[in-house]
Amino acid sequence: MATTHTRTLLDQDLRTVRDDILRMGSLVEEQTERAVRALKERDVSLAHHIVESDERVNDLRYKIEDECLRTMATQQPAARDLRTIVAAMHMAVEMERMADHATGIASICIRMGDEPLIKPLVDIPRMQVAVNAMLHEALDAYIKLDADLARQVTEKDDEVDALYQQILRELLTYMMQDAKTISGATYLLWVAHNLERIGDRVTNLCERVIFAATGELGDYKPIKSI
Amino acid sequence: METNGKTKMMLDKLSVYYGSFRAIFEVTMPVYDKKITSIIGPSGCGKSTLLRSLNRMNDLVPTAHAEGAISLEGQNINGPEVDPVAVRRRIGMVFQRPNPFPKSIYDNVAYGVRLSKKLSKAELDDVVEKSLRSAAIWDEVKDKLKQSGTALSGGQQQRLCIARAIAVEPEVILMDEPCSALDPVATIKIEELMQELKSQYTIVIVTHNMQQASRASDYTAMMMMRPDRAGEMIEFDETQKIFTKPKDKRTEDYVSGRFG
Repeated sequence: MATTHTRTLLDQDLRTVRDDILRMGSLVEEQTERAVRALKERDVSLAHHIVESDERVNDLRYKIEDECLRTMATQQPAARDLRTIVAAMHMAVEMERMADHATGIASICIRMGDEPLIKPLVDIPRMQVAVNAMLHEALDAYIKLDADLARQVTEKDDEVDALYQQILRELLTYMMQDAKTISGATYLLWVAHNLERIGDRVTNLCERVIFAATGELGDYKPIKSI
Repeated sequence: METNGKTKMMLDKLSVYYGSFRAIFEVTMPVYDKKITSIIGPSGCGKSTLLRSLNRMNDLVPTAHAEGAISLEGQNINGPEVDPVAVRRRIGMVFQRPNPFPKSIYDNVAYGVRLSKKLSKAELDDVVEKSLRSAAIWDEVKDKLKQSGTALSGGQQQRLCIARAIAVEPEVILMDEPCSALDPVATIKIEELMQELKSQYTIVIVTHNMQQASRASDYTAMMMMRPDRAGEMIEFDETQKIFTKPKDKRTEDYVSGRFG
């Protein structure tokens, strides 16, 4: 008679992958939060630290890929188990790129050196808080394999995009009024662009979560043109 | 579901009984022409019974009888007026353990052909060579056709049995766990052979090895035992879908190795 049973080794491997995805996610959140803080507080040494810490994120990405490959080779996962593993591989790559965007913000901060900000930062920190909240929820959706939650997170990217458009318009006004602000405004525009890209990549994570949960593959956001 | 190609066989509410015990409950499924269909499911769920009823092999069990329709090319083959021997000529079978006759390699392949056709020696030689070539064993046995078939290795014996099955030019080949007694290399050879054979034949395979079903078949039927112990088919789909996104939770658990 057929009985239900657990696959201890496979479950252990899946747990390791999930734990590492979460660890990687919190590292990315931390890097992004610190990058915007370094910019706001003009803390160049913190910015240097962020650039150096990118290595940890990269290492974790390869560790996850290696764990996924090993699990596929040794445990032959199928169906949802297989999708969870394949999704993790893609998510690790996405998150590595997200950390690169955080590093990009830190590099801008280093490049600006002592140059004062052309305006106090308001919307950029709001963007950072929004993308981090999205990332947090996307990872939560992955752990729960909750496709509905993942779909809700993709909706929130609209708010991030709206903030980006707002920052763009504001900075353009500065630049048109006073040509001397062009370089300072461009720096901030790059920062906002990096955050906007992080938001896009969170929606990519959500697509992978939806795939892991349901097996559906597809774009949940059209590619935006700015 | 995308279906490519035509339907070779169709099972319509097929139930199989051993005496009063119902072993198969109303299975309805297609068997697509020149495709490989695998039947998977936990032990005792009726996979082999279902397979054996496809070519009336269950008629050999005195208490067995089948209800519902099995059609081959649109013609019901389950009726009492149909000669089961004629059915078995069109639908051949390969068993779990290789079972060559205790005869020469040549005679193993020629045996069934001699029963069904009157051929000259040269014509028979041709059929034997062609069948052994199709079963991917010709090069290994061409110099020892007079040797006993039972002296071959397990994997070779199984390919000899496949040669024997295709010598009578069936339309469908049923395979009941054809690799369960074979080592991994012999298993892969049989699977590769199945891929070649499907250009000419329709294949239905019962397997316990889910990796085999996922590697080797185009369509998969998932069977389960009902509370009354009758086997039913709970899902039928393209193999890729069964193994990546099955619809039924029980299929999910079974292909993930969490049930069965």
